[in-house]
Amino acid sequence: MSAGHAVRDTRRLVGRSLRHVLRSPDTIITTAVTPIAMLLLFVYVLGGAIDVGGAEYVTYLLPGILLITVASGVAYTAFRLFTDVSTGIVERFRSMAIARSALLWGHVVTSVVANLVSVVLVVLVALLMGFRSGAGVLAWLAVAGILVLFTLALTWLAVVPGLTATTVDGVSGFSYPLVFLPFVSSAFVPTESMPGPVRWFAEHQPVTSIVDALRALLTEQPVGSAGWTAVAWCLGLLVVAYVWAVRTYRRTVS
Amino acid sequence: MTSAIAVAGLRKSYGDHAVLDGVDLDVPRGTVLALLGSNGAGKTTVVRILSTLLRADGGTATVNGFDVAGQPEQVRGSISLTGQFAAVDQVLTGRENLVLMARLRHLDDAGRVAGDLLTRFDLTDAADRRVATYSGGMRRRLDIAMSLVGDPPVLFLDEPTTGLDPQSRTAVWATVRELAGSGTTVLLTTQYLDEAEQLADRIAILHRGRIIVEGTLAELRRLLPPATVEHVEKQSTLEEVFLAVVGSGGQAGR
Repeated sequence: MSAGHAVRDTRRLVGRSLRHVLRSPDTIITTAVTPIAMLLLFVYVLGGAIDVGGAEYVTYLLPGILLITVASGVAYTAFRLFTDVSTGIVERFRSMAIARSALLWGHVVTSVVANLVSVVLVVLVALLMGFRSGAGVLAWLAVAGILVLFTLALTWLAVVPGLTATTVDGVSGFSYPLVFLPFVSSAFVPTESMPGPVRWFAEHQPVTSIVDALRALLTEQPVGSAGWTAVAWCLGLLVVAYVWAVRTYRRTVS
Repeated sequence: MTSAIAVAGLRKSYGDHAVLDGVDLDVPRGTVLALLGSNGAGKTTVVRILSTLLRADGGTATVNGFDVAGQPEQVRGSISLTGQFAAVDQVLTGRENLVLMARLRHLDDAGRVAGDLLTRFDLTDAADRRVATYSGGMRRRLDIAMSLVGDPPVLFLDEPTTGLDPQSRTAVWATVRELAGSGTTVLLTTQYLDEAEQLADRIAILHRGRIIVEGTLAELRRLLPPATVEHVEKQSTLEEVFLAVVGSGGQAGR
């Protein structure tokens, strides 16, 4: 099976699952609604009591909210894959002369596209709420790049429950801890305000470095080592999730 | 090379439980073989091995002259699998499902192929409706139509009429007859004895992991004592043959 075939088959399957997303646009909107609600809640209800050192709280908060958007969005990817497995479509494709990797990549590419649309929706709402950034094109590209890497990593992670879950509840359940992780990071409040062990955890988990890097890029601050740490976390997570997903794919369907 | 499917000594176990314990089968080109057996007899396992979805523990199997273990890619190019549950994409329309299959089979005129099959399977009126709105019979017809895209020489139908109403069942039967007439080799599994009687050139009975009887309906009938001449001569039905050879207790091979 040539690489050309693999790309062509993947393209067709991306077309298929993008059509799924377009026919249920509620998946994109639902993905964006919860983060937008959090944005409203934290900025207009709790924000007044949170001291982030001068900056507009909506600007401080946005990076973490974007990560939450992606973390909840990949649950739909797991769900779409689960549906394909449970309806026998995966078996049908596997009994055809289609590139092995095409089925998973079809879902993964669609996941990145759908999540980026949700992210853009959230950013638009943040703009209405007073978020402003003087970041240049390069900084915005860096923000997009980190978000794509993060989405890819979480999507490959979502492939595992998508393939192995036995119930719909099991599929969506996996994303809850991912959505929760930003709460114990610098996403909502500076880590300095947390007690010892919590602060240590917050400062050493991936969300904090990713949030710090995005925030620095958006507020035109020097990114420093947070940028490389963030990219390293995303890449590391991506590699682990990819290997796990591909191994699961081989094991569960052969 | 006159066999479309040749199986020798096929074995598959799950733990201590031998599902297939030395299965031998030979299906000549252009014929219909019905693989008959109780639930759990291993019919689906045979089909999954022949369609490269599952690896056998031992024995050999070739489909269209290709070894299922050594040349799975070529086998996949020669076959089509219709599984026990209609593996159709419910979000897409009937036409889109067929076009997708045609594209994945790398056919040039996907639109025409889809249109022809929709007509043939009496789905033209519903062609542009989402499959989610289809009845069970329509889904099954679409499922089989999807299997015929690209005219594969060998077709596996795993319990194609399970759960269908009598009319849909008759329609599926007509399709299988038509396919057999045009030279397609069909391996059909079923637990409906009349279905095998209606469709098959040859019948193989799988019981406790082995083929215990194989032959034409006439040959199978000869296994029973000839119909005794009384006032009315009544030929034994396949059902009577089946129950006689597997033991009328009907213990499934578990």
